[in-house]
Amino acid sequence: MSSDAILEVENLGIRLRDRQLVKNVSFSVGRNETLALVGESGSGKTLTSLSIMQLLPRALSVSSGRILFQGRNLLELPAREVRKISGNRVSMIFQEPMSTLNPVMTVGYQVREVLKAHSPMTNAEAEAQVVRMFERVRIPDARRRLNDYPHTFSGGMRQRIIIAAAIVCKPDLLIADEPTTALDITVQAQVLSLLRELQDEYGMSVLFITHDMGVVATIADRVVVMRSGEMVETAPVERIFRQPEHSYTQELIRSSSAFELDDRDAGDPAPGPFEPVLSVQGLTTRFDVKGGAWGGRIGQVHAVEDVSFTIGKGETLAIVGESGSGKSTTGRALLGLNRPNSGSILYKGRRVSRFDPDETRHLRTGIQMIFQDPFGSLNPRLRIRDAIAEPLLCRKLCSGKAEAYERAAFYLEQVGLDPAMGERYPHEFSGGQRQRISIAKSLSLQPDVIVADEAVSALDVTTKVRVIDLLKQIQETYNISMLFISHDISAVNRISHRIAVMYMGRVVEIGPRRAVLREPAHEYTRRLLSATLTTDTSKRGLAVDSAPRELVSPIHPVGYEPAPCRMREVGAGHFVLAEI
Amino acid sequence: MAEKLLELIPMQDRQTSFPSRLRAAGRWLARWHIFMIAVGIVAVAAFAPILAHQDPYDLAQLDILDGMLPPMSESASGYTYWLGTDDQGRDLVSAIMYGLRTSLIVGFGSAFLSMAIGTTLGFLAAYYRGRTDAAIMRLVDLTLAFPAILVALIILGFLGKGVFNVVLALVITDWAFYGRSVRSAAIVETNKEYVLAAQCALVPARRIIFLHILPNCVSSLLVISTQQIARAIAIEATLSFLGLGVPVTEPSLGLLIFNGYAHVIAGKWWMSFYPGLALVIVIVTLNLLGEQIRRRYNAHA
Repeated sequence: MSSDAILEVENLGIRLRDRQLVKNVSFSVGRNETLALVGESGSGKTLTSLSIMQLLPRALSVSSGRILFQGRNLLELPAREVRKISGNRVSMIFQEPMSTLNPVMTVGYQVREVLKAHSPMTNAEAEAQVVRMFERVRIPDARRRLNDYPHTFSGGMRQRIIIAAAIVCKPDLLIADEPTTALDITVQAQVLSLLRELQDEYGMSVLFITHDMGVVATIADRVVVMRSGEMVETAPVERIFRQPEHSYTQELIRSSSAFELDDRDAGDPAPGPFEPVLSVQGLTTRFDVKGGAWGGRIGQVHAVEDVSFTIGKGETLAIVGESGSGKSTTGRALLGLNRPNSGSILYKGRRVSRFDPDETRHLRTGIQMIFQDPFGSLNPRLRIRDAIAEPLLCRKLCSGKAEAYERAAFYLEQVGLDPAMGERYPHEFSGGQRQRISIAKSLSLQPDVIVADEAVSALDVTTKVRVIDLLKQIQETYNISMLFISHDISAVNRISHRIAVMYMGRVVEIGPRRAVLREPAHEYTRRLLSATLTTDTSKRGLAVDSAPRELVSPIHPVGYEPAPCRMREVGAGHFVLAEI
Repeated sequence: MAEKLLELIPMQDRQTSFPSRLRAAGRWLARWHIFMIAVGIVAVAAFAPILAHQDPYDLAQLDILDGMLPPMSESASGYTYWLGTDDQGRDLVSAIMYGLRTSLIVGFGSAFLSMAIGTTLGFLAAYYRGRTDAAIMRLVDLTLAFPAILVALIILGFLGKGVFNVVLALVITDWAFYGRSVRSAAIVETNKEYVLAAQCALVPARRIIFLHILPNCVSSLLVISTQQIARAIAIEATLSFLGLGVPVTEPSLGLLIFNGYAHVIAGKWWMSFYPGLALVIVIVTLNLLGEQIRRRYNAHA
């Protein structure tokens, strides 16, 4: 351990009653260095960081080891001394920008609180300092926004405020626990480059916790890989990516780079002659915004605006976009889960435009959906095989319970699960397994089209790859069309034949996968691609963080009629929104 | 994962100081023995005719000369009155057992009936939303706007005394609590993805409501039910105390308290005290029971 190290963790062990959650973890963070703590969920990386900040839940205790901050063992200091250090010399930022800020206090007050807790100054001085800090993290109109409440800021802005609160005392060490996981890709890129700038300016060390190898490759100097509470490997970043020693590290890197944009997929299995299965035309969905003195309608969110596309048999069309782009709304419209204002869906020879119960029923006979949240999409009180068997029985697709259970067992096997597990309840399965069960559920109804609404976004990296491969395999076996909705353009790369990019409710670009990814024609697609992080360490470097470009929801006053969508052809089957 | 760990906030390490042992005893009691106590209470009420020494409302068995005897006194026939007698010579132990019976009948009866009405309406409001929801909720608001005891008094004033009338009066005021709570729980469940998934799979609406949403709302239903039973018993006791509840031939604990109340000033405190104590024990047991059931049921999810 170099004497230059800011933080040294030696043989840390964390225990919950009689279970050892973290065992024998040792690492050090040097001056001005960024150490990445990598692992999937359950690896113990968050617990390790919480123990440094003395924030462990009461049930857990540190069973062994030392945490030396600038030579002093934090675990043995009295509470008073610890208080002087945390927030002041060591700071932490968390994953969820939504819940880290107190919703009933203004943001200026909260940041000022941190400042005044650690150094004596008057309110005026503190406020001036806070304004300077807000400007430093590039919050526009900082002085006025000091007095705004957290809910008036977007996720990316809130994270900037939290960063401001964390560095306002100019700490020596910043612990960042997955700060960008909940943010959109473009916002993530901005926040990461901001962190890098601040680090250079203040000479901070950063302990960055993440599960995303792309982030690691971009910002880390050294890497520690954890699994199930133990350290698996540690090395400088170049060596970890070039020559990973442990098999788990290799698997992590392989899974992350499976999504690389320089596709190594030779032989892209383009499906045969194009046979349209589902055709969406001019779909428009607007949601009312209520407000004003009488709670009337003061505006509309143009969630989906004049969207058209066609899906062919056996093909996967991916819809990519960030939050607020309208992709989920479009996907749900295909199942009649929301009611579009205008437009139609042509399916099985019937044009659905009113979305009344009868038409919705028609759609649901052949289109099924896999939802995002693996924990919410299964009824916690039903056994798995009952969950799969129930729609079969209700729709009289099976003649009795025995046959329905047989079918359920068959489909469980198809998705790679042991049919004997059908007797268990959902809470006994992991996230990835539950998504497989949802896939089995959808499959058992023998649909023509499956809509996967961010189906893999909530899963760990290694699990993501396996579930996506499962979807591909199912598509090939059953010749099902798929609409794959995701915000992760690299996940989409692995599975789709065609890609549609959505922004502010419109399809801005649509075309074959390689064409869209290699020769993006629309400016937004280019922005999205440049923000995607790659695990190729030779391409390190972030664009300089310019003024934050916030994703605005397309809200317009009532009666505003946007121009219809016109597409311009730029290649074979490759279209771009023609700017007016 | 941190969230799951926080739920496991444990008992502190065992200490021998008195307050912490008291706490430990309280937790131990709260876990298993509540069930046994509750079952015991119901058994006593159910088997009252067998267990009780005398039927306090059979005048032939009473001896008025035994009236107003303090606890632990002997009767002429050699039987010890454990809790004393009331002014008519009724053995208080037997009277409490019979009174418990009536109180529990009123409590459970009104709770179940109002639960049936309230949950059905609550589910309909939550699943269909829109105008159905608005109409039902206005009805709930209307019902809750009136003080329960006042409404009960008026209804009983019209209908007269009687166990069934009391149950009716309680149902008319109580269903709204169920309606409102069930509606909020059901709305939360309806917006969850497994309900959407069931709708996409074309499972019929009725089945979704009763077989998907209902089982997941049961935990809040259970909590409300036990509280409502306790509340019903307490209101019925109040009504009887005010003289408008159950008739003298089928007394409840409340009526027993009322009967004994006039004699408290004369120093014969046991006639009100012991029925009151029984009432408190029943209500506390029910509340704790509700909490334990909820905890066990939720451990599943």
